[in-house]
Amino acid sequence: MNLDWSPLIISLKTGAVATVLAFFGGIYAARKVVRAKPGIKAVMDGILTLPMVLPPTVAGFFLLLLFSTRRPVGACLYDTFNIKVIQSWAGCVIAATVIAFPLMYRNARAAFEQIDVNLIYAARTLGMSEWKIFWKVVMPTAGPGVAAGTILTFARAMGEYGATSMLAGNIPGKTGTISQKIAMVIQDGDYLTAGVWVGIVVALAFGIVCVMNLIIGKQMKHVKRW
Amino acid sequence: MSIEVLIKKDLGAFKLNIAFQSDSRRIGILGASGCGKSLTLKSIAGIERPDEGRIVVNGKTLFDSLERMNLKPQLRKVGYLFQNYALFPTMTVEQNIAAGLTGKRGEIMQRVGGIVEQFHLNGLEKRLPGELSGGQQQRVALARMLVCEPEVILLDEPFSALDVYLRDQMQRNLMEMLETYPGIVILVSHNRDEVYRMSEEMIVLKQGRLAGQGNTKWLFDEPGNITIARLTGCKNIAKVRPVDFGIYAEEWDMVLPIQGKAGMDIQAVAIRAHQFSMHKAEDKEGLVFSVLEPVVTEDLFEYNISFKTSIHASGRVDWKVSKDAWQYGRDKMPERLYLKKSDLHLLTE
Repeated sequence: MNLDWSPLIISLKTGAVATVLAFFGGIYAARKVVRAKPGIKAVMDGILTLPMVLPPTVAGFFLLLLFSTRRPVGACLYDTFNIKVIQSWAGCVIAATVIAFPLMYRNARAAFEQIDVNLIYAARTLGMSEWKIFWKVVMPTAGPGVAAGTILTFARAMGEYGATSMLAGNIPGKTGTISQKIAMVIQDGDYLTAGVWVGIVVALAFGIVCVMNLIIGKQMKHVKRW
Repeated sequence: MSIEVLIKKDLGAFKLNIAFQSDSRRIGILGASGCGKSLTLKSIAGIERPDEGRIVVNGKTLFDSLERMNLKPQLRKVGYLFQNYALFPTMTVEQNIAAGLTGKRGEIMQRVGGIVEQFHLNGLEKRLPGELSGGQQQRVALARMLVCEPEVILLDEPFSALDVYLRDQMQRNLMEMLETYPGIVILVSHNRDEVYRMSEEMIVLKQGRLAGQGNTKWLFDEPGNITIARLTGCKNIAKVRPVDFGIYAEEWDMVLPIQGKAGMDIQAVAIRAHQFSMHKAEDKEGLVFSVLEPVVTEDLFEYNISFKTSIHASGRVDWKVSKDAWQYGRDKMPERLYLKKSDLHLLTE
């Protein structure tokens, strides 16, 4: 059997770029929310978590509305930067980023909220700048939680299907991710090819979970068996 | 050396409203938990922002609501020793101490080396806080704070997390280390012994308000009001009202032949349980207490004898006596106890 490896490459590339975007976006959002006043906090949290609780097709609908070249944002992007989101790899990345973003944001936020607030107060009285406090105190302390969030984000971004198929479509060799490939070959009744891709995805997913457990495990030494 | 604090903060159920000014180098703030002690310290450090008020240290204004002035904690030069020390868990001892320093790497390492020496932390430089004992952690926290050369240091219940044995030892260590510190030290505690040992001037808080301020030893000698008497550990406090020949303590069913000071509205009297004597005092003005229905409790080094001063008394009086002076079973229960008139503390509300 002659397998076309392009879906794997596209999925990995999409997952990697979306993870980088969601990583910084999620951490930035988490930091803002942790520092916000209670009322604003609830509203911000609701909006930022929406992509996770909505069906991906709903997110896809909103993204289509936003990036359609017949609408202001999409048209502007296309006219000035020659960037086309619909039916392109950029669309894959945007769909995956939006869907995976809440995982990054929520994990980062939970990790930040676990931090003893006195550490931050102490750092301030020692004269450390807010920037230095964040990168030298907050991030290392929240490290395992953030790492776990990053890996989950990558896994989610790589497997995204619903919003991707609406925004980027399934163009083989361009936007055809593994998830879309599987759906397509099953429709054609080609269960063998589908099975091979399923095997690859399962192996990848299992590997990701193992890596994550290794990272978190270091921090969990003190946890007793039930 | 001077500090001026005026803070108002409304937290709904709790309102902090205090003002004090002091020229002392060692200030103790005494109060029950939830009285606003920590909030006061946090306001001085700039971690909490008061609704209104003014905080001035050595002539430098840190906060002034009228002038919309609120200096960032980073710029206040106020050190804060947290109850749990708040050491950065992912940094080594050395990195913790160097965290607040800026400048050339060589200079920073030199300063860190100096303070490591001073606080006897040699050999621990590469350890993480989790690998240190409580006492070592406190030394690192102190070193980290003092290397930044603060003008004021704030100690927030520094010993409350420790067991009794360690506590005494660490109090001594802390006092030794702070001896050479030239700035202002403010200690917050609900423990009267800590405040008595470590402060020259004492501020007493009750439910967000100032209940008293003064020289620590004087305030312990003459509490002046019920709150201070309670917080400084007076066991026997009774409400009183004036009668013909003095004042009447209803709980004790006893008339005390005392004339209040002019202009003082006496609401209660207090007696420290240790200050009773079995022997009649020299001065003729001493007070005499009958000992009725005594109940004896034995402690390690002393007895606590709880007695009534009259068969009609509704409350009891506690007397604490060292085992050297009196022993249950060996010595007869005294029929009367004597008190110097100066040991009966007159209190306002």
